[in-house]
Amino acid sequence: MAARVLVGVKRVIDYAVKIRVKPDNTGVVTDGVKHSMNPFCEIAVEEAVRLKEKKLVKEVVAVSCGPQQVQETIRTALAMGADRGIHVEVSGKDYDSLGPLQVSKILAALAKKEEASLIILGKQAIDDDCNQTGQMTAALLDWPQGTFASEVAVEGDKLKVIREVDGGLETIKINLPAVVTADLRLNTPRYATLPNIMKAKKKKITNVKPGDLGVDLTSRLEVLRVDEPPQRQAGVKVETVEDLVGKLKEAGRI
Amino acid sequence: TDANLQLYRPWASCQAPLRPTSSHTIAVEQSAPAGTGFPPLQTFTEEEAMMRDAVRKYAQERVAPLVSEMDENSSMADEVIKSLFELGLMGIEISTEYGGTGSSFFSSVLVIEELAKVDPSVAVLCDIQNTLINTLMSNLGTEEQKAKYLPRLATDMIGSFCLSEAGSGSDAFAMKTKAEKHKDYYIINGSKMWISSAEHAGVFLVLANADVSAGYRGITCFIVDRDTEGLEIGKKENKLGLRASSTCAVNFDNVKVHEKNILGKVGQGYKYAIGMLNGGRIGIAAQMLGLAQGCFDHAVPYTRQRMQFGKRIFDFQGLQHQIAYVATQLEAARLLTYNAARLKEAGRPFVKEACMSKYFAAEVATLTTSKCIEWMGGVGFTKDYPIEKYYRDCKIGTIYEGTSNIQLSTVAKLLDQEYNS
Repeated sequence: MAARVLVGVKRVIDYAVKIRVKPDNTGVVTDGVKHSMNPFCEIAVEEAVRLKEKKLVKEVVAVSCGPQQVQETIRTALAMGADRGIHVEVSGKDYDSLGPLQVSKILAALAKKEEASLIILGKQAIDDDCNQTGQMTAALLDWPQGTFASEVAVEGDKLKVIREVDGGLETIKINLPAVVTADLRLNTPRYATLPNIMKAKKKKITNVKPGDLGVDLTSRLEVLRVDEPPQRQAGVKVETVEDLVGKLKEAGRI
Repeated sequence: TDANLQLYRPWASCQAPLRPTSSHTIAVEQSAPAGTGFPPLQTFTEEEAMMRDAVRKYAQERVAPLVSEMDENSSMADEVIKSLFELGLMGIEISTEYGGTGSSFFSSVLVIEELAKVDPSVAVLCDIQNTLINTLMSNLGTEEQKAKYLPRLATDMIGSFCLSEAGSGSDAFAMKTKAEKHKDYYIINGSKMWISSAEHAGVFLVLANADVSAGYRGITCFIVDRDTEGLEIGKKENKLGLRASSTCAVNFDNVKVHEKNILGKVGQGYKYAIGMLNGGRIGIAAQMLGLAQGCFDHAVPYTRQRMQFGKRIFDFQGLQHQIAYVATQLEAARLLTYNAARLKEAGRPFVKEACMSKYFAAEVATLTTSKCIEWMGGVGFTKDYPIEKYYRDCKIGTIYEGTSNIQLSTVAKLLDQEYNS
């Protein structure tokens, strides 16, 4: 029975917003753009809260790494039912270059500090689509991992996880403590009710610096350039099969 | 679009709209550091912003798919009623000790506005519950009454407010429904008309005259449970708009009500009604505002896509000027409404501003919806698009909870007093 669950929540550009690349091609426009909690992180929070409601875990702690604004994202997790939050302060250039490796180091350090026995994350973030943080965190902690989870069940001191894989569904059993990453069909996240939003005001968010956790934020990656996907070109209509073959040969496709 | 400048302050986060809206909102902690000046009217606390976003999401995902059907069938879906309660939207200002949300009047205003963007009928259900029923009960109820009704109003019971009759609308004090005193109970006889939410209400706040000789100073507010013998819900009106909100006659045939079910004091009912309607009209202003904005948000994208004569119809100056004009009216209506709400919260006089906001928002809703149909052309006229529903829904705004003429008369009266000194 896991006592404490850590849930990572990431603040990303809202899924419905039309993304625009910055004129200098160094990244996408984030200033003045609507941000929300990563949808897969919402699913992760929902799963953790459900485990608490089933009395399978005692406490749900929501964690986010970033500047002051991520506190909103933590508050949303609190409004969904998390008990308290941890804001790991990362800003400026460090935040721009923050990636799965640094975040997984932070989560691993926090898991040890908070004596968590379960970490639930979204399978990936919708801005970078990395799909690495869960896996790296498990590796750093030397914990088993159940990724792409579409179902999670506690069985004593083990977890049964049904994973969505290319060939279908794979069922595995892993020992606790473990890392689980949430896939789309794991659950449908609840709406934060208004009373819970009010209650979330009173829940505690502690601030922590990466240095306090002994984590080095230096990135091993450098983004060289960001471009928009090519504009979709108009197609060409052909009359006969011969024309089609001819055109394909012209375009060097066959 | 980001053609509008966003003010960036380190402790605040900027939220740009998902769809084009005429308002930009900045979430700010309630205690802004000194020397920052006065925040713009469209500044919300963190909870207010979170609530507004939560309701926006809920309305888009859970209410929007049902709107057309509810309008066709003149019926509010059970699922909508249930989810409104589940999310705590029906007890926004009710204290948490009674199972409510424990939030503020301004939060109610934001919630009503967001709901109205999707369905003004759902918004009016939420508005009446919060600004009329809950307010009356919370402010005037005895401990016993509050303990009995507030938890239910917050979690599963709809309330209706019975003031108007066939013969008394604007002239509310000319009501004929009587309450005859017998020892420790009253017998109510009469007929109320135009009662919203009557189909689903579990409790009715009924204004009846307990002392006809005293004229309007006999009007008293009674709490009447639905299952009381002699209370009969009449047929549902077949309305032009707000069809999903049930509007019925409610008949009282020798309805026996114990005197402990009087809300407040005997003969003070007229005062309570007026007092509470002052706040209620800010709620209606919010509803009309949301209605107009929701309609506008559907129409403008169309004008940006529809091509005629080789360009977008939005690119024609004639249309641009009309759209800009309507957007300006919307912004003015929003500021009037938000300011009236903040004045009320601050405990400052707000009646004049409340009247102005309701009157103006209703007029703006009429203008906006009418123009939006024109901008959409033929498709605006069909039921396949949501525009025509907004057009039908808006008309009641200039009529209920105090007609536009009544609002103007009230403003004039207050102006007269202002210039008296």
